[in-house]
Amino acid sequence: MTGELFFGWSAAVSALLLVLAMLLSGIRIVRGPHPADRVVALDMLCLLGVAAAGLAALVSGVVSFVDVALGVALIGFLATVAFAAFIERGSIGDEEF
Amino acid sequence: MYWVGSIFLLLGAVVSLLAAIGVLRLPDFFMRMHAATKAGVVGCGLVLVAVGFVDGTLATWVKIAIAIFFMLLTTPVAGHLLGRAAYVGGAPFWSGTNEDRLQDVLPRGRFKGVSLPGEPGDENAAVSQDS
Repeated sequence: MTGELFFGWSAAVSALLLVLAMLLSGIRIVRGPHPADRVVALDMLCLLGVAAAGLAALVSGVVSFVDVALGVALIGFLATVAFAAFIERGSIGDEEF
Repeated sequence: MYWVGSIFLLLGAVVSLLAAIGVLRLPDFFMRMHAATKAGVVGCGLVLVAVGFVDGTLATWVKIAIAIFFMLLTTPVAGHLLGRAAYVGGAPFWSGTNEDRLQDVLPRGRFKGVSLPGEPGDENAAVSQDS
């Protein structure tokens, strides 16, 4: 088996595993129950998006997808911090203080 | 460098899948956060390192180094903020947790939402196990 053939197979298998991981994170977003559970699953989904951008860079050969990965990571971090502030303030969900 | 890149890619995908399984299956919010923050970064980092091995130019390696450094910097911050918010917001503990050192440090709210059967915060779970 040549290197490029093995690379193609491993890219296909990795894409399958990443899609499966995204599906599992999506199930956690739907199930909850606490808002923080949903936010941590959303953060996980964002990190999987970074991995998917890296996979796109590998398969297409366009290195600019690494920049996309960096941007997705940045936006995911900002979203997580904002949601954490909202949960702590009690603006979302139905906690009482 | 296709062989090395392929192995790094597969490793990254497998670690990402393990992290997602942890996020779905672990019994408690704080354990789920542990799975997501640690294993998620390792999975992403391995996939990006695979890009570096396959492409191989210096510019790509520098970009990947910046991306991985950024993720290593931001994920602990996000994890701490989210853990604190969940504690203050009253995310229920797993039934096996027997130590709460933040008890007198942070105010703890009560989560009034509907808990899922068999997960922490579900009052019926203990009853059904006894009978």
